[in-house]
Amino acid sequence: MSRIQEAFTGGKAFIPFITAGYPDLETTRAALIEAQENGADLIEIGIPFSDPTAEGPVIQTANVRALDGGITTDMVLDFIREVREDGTVTVPMVFMTYANVIYSYHEGGEGDADGSDGSDRGRYGFCRRCAEVGIDGLILPDVPFEEKDQFEDACRQNGIDLISLIAPTSEDRIVQIASEAQGFIYVVSSLGVTGVRTAITTDIGSITSKIREVTDVPCAVGFGISTPAQAAAMAAVSDGAIVGSAIIRIIDQYGTAAPPHIGEYVRSMKDAMRS
Amino acid sequence: MATQADSRGRFGQFGGRYIPETLMNAVIELNDAYERFKNDPQFNHELEVLFSEYANRPSRLYFARKMTEDLGGAKIYFKREDLNFTGAHKINNVLGQALLAKKMGKTRLIAETGAGQHGVATATAAAYFGMECVVFMGKVDTERQALNVYKMKLLGAKVVPVTSGTATLKDAVSEAFREWTNRIADTHYCLGSVMGPHPFPTIVRDFQAVISRESRAQILEAEGRLPDAVLACVGGGSNAIGSFYHYIDDSSVKLIGCEAAGRGIDTYETAATVSTGRTGIFHGMKSLFCQNEFGQIAPVYSISAGLDYPGIGPEHAYLHETGRAQYVPVTDEEAVQAFEYTSRLEGIIPAIESSHAIAHAMKIAPEMGKDQILVITVSGRGDKDCAAVARYRGHRIEE
Repeated sequence: MSRIQEAFTGGKAFIPFITAGYPDLETTRAALIEAQENGADLIEIGIPFSDPTAEGPVIQTANVRALDGGITTDMVLDFIREVREDGTVTVPMVFMTYANVIYSYHEGGEGDADGSDGSDRGRYGFCRRCAEVGIDGLILPDVPFEEKDQFEDACRQNGIDLISLIAPTSEDRIVQIASEAQGFIYVVSSLGVTGVRTAITTDIGSITSKIREVTDVPCAVGFGISTPAQAAAMAAVSDGAIVGSAIIRIIDQYGTAAPPHIGEYVRSMKDAMRS
Repeated sequence: MATQADSRGRFGQFGGRYIPETLMNAVIELNDAYERFKNDPQFNHELEVLFSEYANRPSRLYFARKMTEDLGGAKIYFKREDLNFTGAHKINNVLGQALLAKKMGKTRLIAETGAGQHGVATATAAAYFGMECVVFMGKVDTERQALNVYKMKLLGAKVVPVTSGTATLKDAVSEAFREWTNRIADTHYCLGSVMGPHPFPTIVRDFQAVISRESRAQILEAEGRLPDAVLACVGGGSNAIGSFYHYIDDSSVKLIGCEAAGRGIDTYETAATVSTGRTGIFHGMKSLFCQNEFGQIAPVYSISAGLDYPGIGPEHAYLHETGRAQYVPVTDEEAVQAFEYTSRLEGIIPAIESSHAIAHAMKIAPEMGKDQILVITVSGRGDKDCAAVARYRGHRIEE
């Protein structure tokens, strides 16, 4: 069982998402600690990308601000190594980013001379560093089942999980995707991009029951969840809930003073999922 | 045979489908529909009628006599896509996709636009077919091309100014993809160039291939032989691939794509993807992109809103990699000079995009023999660019 799957063994998992370096890495560090202490079972760390096409306005802005603040992929990797080495963060962590960040990765950013040969240096180099610094998995929203092979191979060789996504439109694809899933399955709650929604109308239960027919890999639901009631409802039909935009909005509101508010929020969500 | 994408939508290593799972069944459905209709006689008949009766095809192949004499080398022909209805090659693709969308039962078209040409063409087709239309346009571009925004609204489309990122074409594409993710069942994303996930690069290429299908027959009729080179401007690359397609198997015909170098390929203010970019994955495809050392997509710049895109279609990346086509950078200054030169000499005001191709022809034609032939695609008309070129030259125009 992978570290990610262990995160689901203690009941319904709560999975917060935080964009690394928004507004700065010190705040991210404090937010990770607060989230962990208040019940986060697994944490999703966003590596900022210039053009995050699966994100709504809230996370888009967090990406842009982090990049404007000078955050690079190497800085995020080094940051993860620090919080692992000093024992600050012990829960499993996964990166959420976009294909090009990984495909084009070259340690030290010496990429210009290479990459045009279609080599897989970027993917393998990135996954090797993930394993070294203590990352447990990758979520790549622009890499669907048909394009996953080389990413998956790079992950597998380095002992990390490539997380599969299943959407409300997946239908006949659910079985195919679920049968090859590792770590956990990210069930996208709704059409559209990330962001807070007042109501989630997709029949999540029917999706998770189709998944259950082919795999025991846990399912966590994300996109649009912000309230404890929504988290509880999603947890009732799955193995966990993922929350991104609602947390980024706390950082929008409080800036570097956000971490304790994030802790409080994580506590309220986790409590709702326990009951 | 000319290049065809494999079953995974790849031209060599380029192409593919790098999109969110939410859209996968939508592009599979589109691919199935296209495979069904592309060889359907009724579909092709309807498209032919639309091309001739609505879009004013075939477009003329025009001998630029004065330019040929002035440059003193190769004979220069213009493929006059600027004479199409709505003033550019964009209508070819849009009529094809709108007809396909209609056959698929879609009632709503969404599109991105840079200069506004594709947006206007999509709004036109939506009006013709009685479909709802929403066009995403970078806020910067809505200001550069205010007249086109007005035209789209006049045609009944809703125009959404995009403020994210650099507020230009790439951001309009991202936003159109986001909207498609949000509403799929009744909506077709009418992508404007040979880019994005498979099957878009193939669909758009096939509808634009009418350019070279006609020009090949026209030049054989006029000269009794094939041209020595075909030139077209390249942003995403739809008019270029359409201009090249039926010559790909004719190895004697050089294919030259002219990229927007902006202020120069040694500056950061450029949009020349082949000259300055490298392989990456973005907007649904593996191709060449302008990007920084960490794979962040670079802000790009060109005087031409239609070429102001940090990527290039996957089939072009493949033609570049195999050496079948050559891609050259052309600066703002060179394009503006060609814009002015063509207006003065031939009485034809070309789009600033097309002026990039004309500018390169002005460099190579004098070095060629008088028995040699160049075909340049004038992809659009330049009326929309007059104010911007005047501004570039330090004049202000009140409209």
